[in-house]
Amino acid sequence: MKAFWSRFRQNRGAVIGLVLLICVILCAVAAPFVFPRSPWSMVQRPFLPPFTMDGLPLGTDALGRDVLSGLFHGARISLLVGLVSTVVALAIGIPIGALSGYFGGVVDDALMRFTEFFQTIPSFALAIVLLAIFQPSLGYIILAIAIVSWPPVARLVRGEVLSLRGREFVEAATLSGQGHLRIICAQVLPNALPPIIVLASLMVATAILLESSLSFLGLGDPNVMSWGYMIGAARTVLRTAWWLSFIPGIAILLTVLALNLIGEGLNDALNPRLRRRGT
Amino acid sequence: MFSFIAARLVKAAFILLAILAFNFFLIHAAPGDPAAVMAGEAGAADEKFLQDLREQFGLDQPVAVQFYAYMKGAIQLDLGYSYRQQMPVATLIWDRLPATLLLTSTAFVISLILGVLAGVLSAQAQGTWRDTLISTLALLFYATPLFWVALMAVLLFSVVLGWFPGFGYETIGANYTGLARMLDIAKHLVLPATTLGLFFMAIYMRMTRASMLEVSRLDFVKTARAKGMRNSVIQRRHVLRNALLPVITLAGLQAGQIVGGAVLTETVFAWPGVGRLMFEAINQRDYNVILGVFFISAAMVLLFNLITDVVYGIVDPRIRVGS
Repeated sequence: MKAFWSRFRQNRGAVIGLVLLICVILCAVAAPFVFPRSPWSMVQRPFLPPFTMDGLPLGTDALGRDVLSGLFHGARISLLVGLVSTVVALAIGIPIGALSGYFGGVVDDALMRFTEFFQTIPSFALAIVLLAIFQPSLGYIILAIAIVSWPPVARLVRGEVLSLRGREFVEAATLSGQGHLRIICAQVLPNALPPIIVLASLMVATAILLESSLSFLGLGDPNVMSWGYMIGAARTVLRTAWWLSFIPGIAILLTVLALNLIGEGLNDALNPRLRRRGT
Repeated sequence: MFSFIAARLVKAAFILLAILAFNFFLIHAAPGDPAAVMAGEAGAADEKFLQDLREQFGLDQPVAVQFYAYMKGAIQLDLGYSYRQQMPVATLIWDRLPATLLLTSTAFVISLILGVLAGVLSAQAQGTWRDTLISTLALLFYATPLFWVALMAVLLFSVVLGWFPGFGYETIGANYTGLARMLDIAKHLVLPATTLGLFFMAIYMRMTRASMLEVSRLDFVKTARAKGMRNSVIQRRHVLRNALLPVITLAGLQAGQIVGGAVLTETVFAWPGVGRLMFEAINQRDYNVILGVFFISAAMVLLFNLITDVVYGIVDPRIRVGS
């Protein structure tokens, strides 16, 4: 762990990313305490510019709602959707990739054709279709993002399992009479973890971008405040109140940037051989 | 080469059929009676009208019969009827497809050329300020939401600076013809195509840089250097040529994302393509149009993939032999 941290720390960008992400997490955690009122409630006259009134540092939107409160509450939704949809995508992709790589043959062929099918479909369009047909609620948004994000996990895990399957420790486990499931879960997958962790951190970032894009198009949960919704709602007043679109966009940009930087840092720390090659 | 393309075409056809089947499944998985949804779209819902609709679209038939009829119609490009727009879905899409193809292919070309160029410049200057600047910009573009960068581009280049028009496909009411019209469309295309391409440019830049650095360490490059070849020739003829292979693969895979991204870009720029059609259909819950656009965008992705495969086959003969 100590060695991991010292390698992670060497990547300056990753440390900046980590600090940024901690700030976003703090905002998300503090939201209900700092802004106990609903972010949907009207607090002042509409279109109050930033830094013009005490207590409302980022001003108000077209309906007189506090922009800063929206940002704090939006952080909760972005992080929640990012994390949970990634967990669900891992829960779909890891078993498919592991079974495919471990058993090979017909199982591999069938599962990889299935994965390829999902990889070919334009993922954003699929997410739109799923949310347009089923009701746009937080649960469906998470499910839709997970459904379009699992194929890379399956392919990565398959590749890792394929390369681990023939190793001595797996043969030893087979000879000691362990079942397939036990070998996959206890021997193979733990050794395939580092690249999965790196991919997962990047997937959280992509999921946050996807959620904001869907909310921007009006396919977000109408009951929760999200950054994408804030930009979508401010789109029509771009010329007169540009800051209403600008501020939530910066929040998304910084969060996604933080996660990408952390992903690179994790890659350096978990795969030191790659880093030494300078790629 | 012919059998290589034929094999890819057969595969693409199977995937399109699977997507059609998936669409059919989705219509039936949707909550509520499809006839009631259509009646709602048409603005009437008495029992007789519902029954007429069920008969007209065969919704009173067994599912297997409906499936067969749906697939048969879809193969003949009958993608259903939009009650909202009072027009067949295929006609709606057909009218808007050229604008989307123009936008996505321009964005694709811009992102690929500039991305590769930036990647080469960055790799050749590894560790210098130029490398840091290009890599940082790529990192920022990669993390920026597409719709937001589009909005900010409208704000800066259209509202504040007035350099480019901020919405539409051409100047309404100008009635330009010939070259003047082409220039007018090109002017309208600059902002949407560039903002759509930025994210992908970042991906291609990072891939080209990593790939160039990887290849430049291989033995044949050392050999070329030992033979006394000039560095610029080595970089162009040996390094870049080999480094481009993974970039081409990635470009093919990313084509789908460009088509998906067009929904956002066209929405912001009021670009009259299929992406904007989809956005309007989402707001009106016009299912047939949404599913039709989904099918067409998948077909476009397959086309992009096919082109990439063929280009790959030309660039790297090993692939053709292998297949």
